[in-house]
Amino acid sequence: MSNRLYVPFAVVGAALIWFVGWPLLRTVGASSPRLLWQTLAEPQVGDAVLLTFAASAAATVVALVLGVPLAYVLARADFPGKAFVEAVIDLPVVVPHSAAGIALLMVFGRSGAVGRAFAALGVRFVSAVPGIVIAMLFVSLAFLVNAARDGFRSVDPRLEAVARTLGATPWEAFWQVALPLAWRNILSGVIMMWARGLSEFGAVVILAYHPMVAPVLIFERFESYGLAYARPVATLVILISLFVFFLLRWVSRDATRH
Amino acid sequence: MPHATNAGALRLEEVRLRLGAFQVQGLSLDVAGGEYFVLLGPTGAGKTVLLETIAGLHRPESGRIWLDEEEITRWPPERRGIGVVYQDDALFPQWTVAENVAFGLAMQARSRWQRAFPWLGGRARRAAARDEAVREMLRLLRIEHLAHRTPAHLSGGERQRVALARALVVRPKVLLLDEPLSALDPQRREDLRQELRRLHQQLGTTVIHVTHDFEEAVALGQRIAVLRQGQIEQVGTPEAVFRHPATPFVAEFVGTRNIFPAWAEPREDGLAVLRLQGLTVVAPTPLRGPVHVAVRPEDIVLSRVALASSLRNTFAGQVTALEPRGALTYVTVAVPTPQAAALPFVAAVTARALDDLALQPGEQVFLGFKASGVHVF
Repeated sequence: MSNRLYVPFAVVGAALIWFVGWPLLRTVGASSPRLLWQTLAEPQVGDAVLLTFAASAAATVVALVLGVPLAYVLARADFPGKAFVEAVIDLPVVVPHSAAGIALLMVFGRSGAVGRAFAALGVRFVSAVPGIVIAMLFVSLAFLVNAARDGFRSVDPRLEAVARTLGATPWEAFWQVALPLAWRNILSGVIMMWARGLSEFGAVVILAYHPMVAPVLIFERFESYGLAYARPVATLVILISLFVFFLLRWVSRDATRH
Repeated sequence: MPHATNAGALRLEEVRLRLGAFQVQGLSLDVAGGEYFVLLGPTGAGKTVLLETIAGLHRPESGRIWLDEEEITRWPPERRGIGVVYQDDALFPQWTVAENVAFGLAMQARSRWQRAFPWLGGRARRAAARDEAVREMLRLLRIEHLAHRTPAHLSGGERQRVALARALVVRPKVLLLDEPLSALDPQRREDLRQELRRLHQQLGTTVIHVTHDFEEAVALGQRIAVLRQGQIEQVGTPEAVFRHPATPFVAEFVGTRNIFPAWAEPREDGLAVLRLQGLTVVAPTPLRGPVHVAVRPEDIVLSRVALASSLRNTFAGQVTALEPRGALTYVTVAVPTPQAAALPFVAAVTARALDDLALQPGEQVFLGFKASGVHVF
């Protein structure tokens, strides 16, 4: 159906698209490929990029294991306090991330009870990789849990009911019916969460300035040496993020064809 | 197919359950093994909740459920051997027809390991999909050619057949059908109705069929239970329920109808000859064999003299009852048949017509109705 409003609305919307696209494009275009290659070859940069990707992936795996069962319960069961639980999941999105970092430090730091318990097991959070992982987990888990919950909600509960009458236990009905049908949503939640984790700065920088993840490295170079020095790293991170983002979107679309 | 005659007897004792707006209140029910039992009731009568409780998907607050000699009240659905077919079939959309049907077999054949790690079950299901039992069931439902399609590529009637095959392949003791025909168009509905009758005769499975459609209940049910707000108003043969409604609710829900079992023989001209205990009625229907014939009381014309021949179906009978109901009076006319007792036809007559006819019980009268006024199902 054609609508006379589409054209003016699209013109207004184009401003937003420009606002997102142009700075990114400018940054990418400002550095020569040679310079980018040299930057990537710097051990500090390569390590930071790898660490960022790995830490975010680890946070996503933790959320997958702990968050998908929770999402299933939220989608299927009604219980007192459900709205409260859903609000708690969404809370990290509204809390300033530096404040979230402080809050995590209180619990997982050297003086926190949990931090001490983990320290006894030889796991440190402050200025260590586990700290980066929990910071990323905290700020991005809502993406995965909410996507998975919506996925399970879109699966007709009667499919699982039929599976039960055909001999499946609840555990089997979950794995063979509910999970495969919600998988597309879960996968898109995984991508969003992982991408959100990659870009986290505020919470990470408070728990672990070192070892340095890419956003912290960009910040440090900008603070210490200025724009020209920070830009190649920024460009590199933008390019890699875009590449992985589109790759995963393509993979997830392909996976849902069957 | 071997089948013990009385297996699949189901008994509900004082089952009580509340689920949202629906409730079942102290409901008792006895369904014989191998019986085709229909639960008839208006929307919102708690029919689906009752069915899901029998399947084990809801646990009753009190009361007991027995299957043959065992109490199954607290058994999980996967242990009961009770199959379910829903109104909109609920096929697994991600699998082919053969895999859908194979699911229950794969469940029966699985190992302890597969039970613990069910994400490994895909291979077993695909193997089961090639099983002879699956092919046989697809053949029985006449959907062999659809084996490799996914549910998105099936018509409504085909989907229901797949859902039936999926439920039946594991040889359930009881098959629960939740409004299985109501999502279909009239032609498919009639086809599937015949199919259900055939399958029941062939397999002898106990069937509990939920519907709000009285004709469907009459056509299929050996017995009918009329359900209202989670309680049973009346249980009996279709004949008993519509001839002798036990409560005003049943009478109103069932309506006053002339419904008779008959035998149909289609003719060349699109009309069929129907034999009702030796009476011959003509009506438009493609059906053949055992059917039911329904004539609305408003469509029956009464006369003191032999009726004009424009009415295809005319009979002579004797007035047995006059029952004034508002603007209409329901006149029962017993039409003698060569075979058995007289058939009671009910005609609705206006006050004025009644005056003109001056009918009294015991008097001879002629009744007639058009071929197009006869509904065959």
